[in-house]
Amino acid sequence: MDIHEYQAKELLARHGVHVPRGGLAYSPEQATYRAREIGGAKWVLKAQVHSGARGKAGGIKLCANDEEISNAAEAMLGRKLVTQQTGPRGKLISRLYLEEAVDIAQELYVGFVLDRKEERVMIVASAAGGMEIEDIVEKAPNSILRTSVDPGVGMQRFQAREIAFGLGLDHNLIGKATETIFSCYQVFRDYDASMLEINPLVVTRDGNLIALDAKMSFDENALFRRPEISELRDKSQEDPRETFASDRGLSYVGLDGNIGCIINGAGLAMATMDMIKIAGGEPANFLDIGGGASPERVAKSFRAVLGDKNVETILVNIFAGINRCDWVAEGVIKAIREVGVNVPLVVRLSGTKAEEGRRILADSGEAVIVADTLAEAAEKAVAAWRAAAKKKKAA
Amino acid sequence: MAILLNRSTRVIVQGFTGKIGSFHAEDMKRYGTKLVGGVTPGKGGQKHLGLPVFNTVKGAVRETRAEASIVFVPPPFAADSIMEAADAGIKLCVCITDGIPSQDMMQVKRYMMRYRYEDRMRLIGPNCAGVITPGQALMGIMPGSIYLPGRVGIVGRSGTLGYEAASQMKALGIGVSTSVGIGGDPINGSSFKDMLKLFEQDDETDAVVMIGEIGGPQEAEAAIWARDNMRKPLIAYIAGLSAPKGRRMGHAGAIISAFGESAQEKVEILKEAGVTIVPTPSSFGEVVADTLSRMKKAA
Repeated sequence: MDIHEYQAKELLARHGVHVPRGGLAYSPEQATYRAREIGGAKWVLKAQVHSGARGKAGGIKLCANDEEISNAAEAMLGRKLVTQQTGPRGKLISRLYLEEAVDIAQELYVGFVLDRKEERVMIVASAAGGMEIEDIVEKAPNSILRTSVDPGVGMQRFQAREIAFGLGLDHNLIGKATETIFSCYQVFRDYDASMLEINPLVVTRDGNLIALDAKMSFDENALFRRPEISELRDKSQEDPRETFASDRGLSYVGLDGNIGCIINGAGLAMATMDMIKIAGGEPANFLDIGGGASPERVAKSFRAVLGDKNVETILVNIFAGINRCDWVAEGVIKAIREVGVNVPLVVRLSGTKAEEGRRILADSGEAVIVADTLAEAAEKAVAAWRAAAKKKKAA
Repeated sequence: MAILLNRSTRVIVQGFTGKIGSFHAEDMKRYGTKLVGGVTPGKGGQKHLGLPVFNTVKGAVRETRAEASIVFVPPPFAADSIMEAADAGIKLCVCITDGIPSQDMMQVKRYMMRYRYEDRMRLIGPNCAGVITPGQALMGIMPGSIYLPGRVGIVGRSGTLGYEAASQMKALGIGVSTSVGIGGDPINGSSFKDMLKLFEQDDETDAVVMIGEIGGPQEAEAAIWARDNMRKPLIAYIAGLSAPKGRRMGHAGAIISAFGESAQEKVEILKEAGVTIVPTPSSFGEVVADTLSRMKKAA
């Protein structure tokens, strides 16, 4: 789960990391008020969206007076910011963060990630901050410092100190940098983060060390024990299709195709999407109904998939182990009768109680296209989608 | 004995008396697994499904000489249960639980390092379908009927995609020595490479099918190891050709976050290492059959 920059900064500031003075604004008027509250002569107005690379997309603006702040706020609020990371749909700007402008002497990079190879928290730092980490890797690979944390004892201060010296910082900054890095690690650990990136961490002209930007993501599996993090969720930053599904306990990822997918198991779901693509179609979504799915749950999946107006055909592919194909079939019929399915529907049932499931579909008298194998299911779905699209065009 | 599990492996269930634990315990027993008891703290001394219940894993091991444990404990407590098993001298632990925090798994793996290699428990999962040695024993949640006993090993992250592969093979009369689900989490007990090592040494396995997916370094690592060390044919499929970058596809670990983690890149790495690629998820059966018949001709 991602959070906003201002939320990450609040969290870090509470644990001793220095951040610029700033305030949140929901309107141009509030933004100018914040400027007076903060004081100074220059401010930076930053769109709060769950994405990096906001600057290039027009989501960050340096302002010198009320008018500039107000105009910039007016231009940003309510607009969708499209960055390299958001995809073409962009993300809605409904919150702004105004900060005092900082006099920068040097920009550094500090990041914390879960390293899957080492199976530890890895700290990555570089004296070449201010650009994306991918660019640092490409343009200044020798500047990158790495160290990993022993999960038994946690990060030690010497590790933070080594990084501070490794960054080539002035001697009177070593103590501050050590504490900053160490505090970041504590926040990462104490809140079950999966990613924390301070880019840039800046050295100011008056010799301070400040987190100028902050990006954090959290391990969704750990949210049950971090209620204070769960509260930071901002649904306006999510694909509404995904919000609908996740609020109903379904694992769903929205895509750009036309063939809606309802499948059990993440691996089979990905494979079915691949098969649709190989057969010449494009999947509209990833959806895993999970294990032991009731007819109600299956019907809910249909609601989630049909919530996407681009869906022109639905493919249900179930290989039941702990699921039951008869329940799935009942769910399919329930969805047809209660949700209303006005697009072609292809169903493949395999595994536990597959025969019972197929019989339920056949006896229902509903228009369901049945397939026996994965390949057949994908081919039939693509054929049905093509036929439906042709008909639509003709009409 | 195929790998990991056979009909004489003595198995206990952690989270034995819960709804999910009970359901699968019965299923495993029916399949022929040598189930000797279970653990639910606070219910020690009772009988459940005709088997003794213990308060602690140590108690269960002492009384039943259990060597293997399957964990159905909910995510907040699962890491603790795995470590308890490791400390009680369990040799093989299969954790089915989905949703364990990554930091807990880091601690589990660190904890297991306190035992000498010879005494260290082998962990399969979490977030996996488990292990089955067809015709002998099941420690997992897969439907036993789709596996034909035979001589091809399967190792995969996903449960249901593993079923797909096994059933395509069964349709062509090809059986499985052991099928292992290593799970969909970013940090898991055993890697693809760990399982390939076991299959390579196993006299009852002739070839191995590896079912990978987007995210993480394990498929590439396994391919490099296989290129340098494996004499048996390795056949692989990578799911997620159509998955976008940076999005988590159901499994906590199925996310493309670095170079080499997309399906296309993994397929390239595997091909270069000489691994036979299953081009579509509907051709597991054919490709395995093909590989086996080529082996026969060569022999």
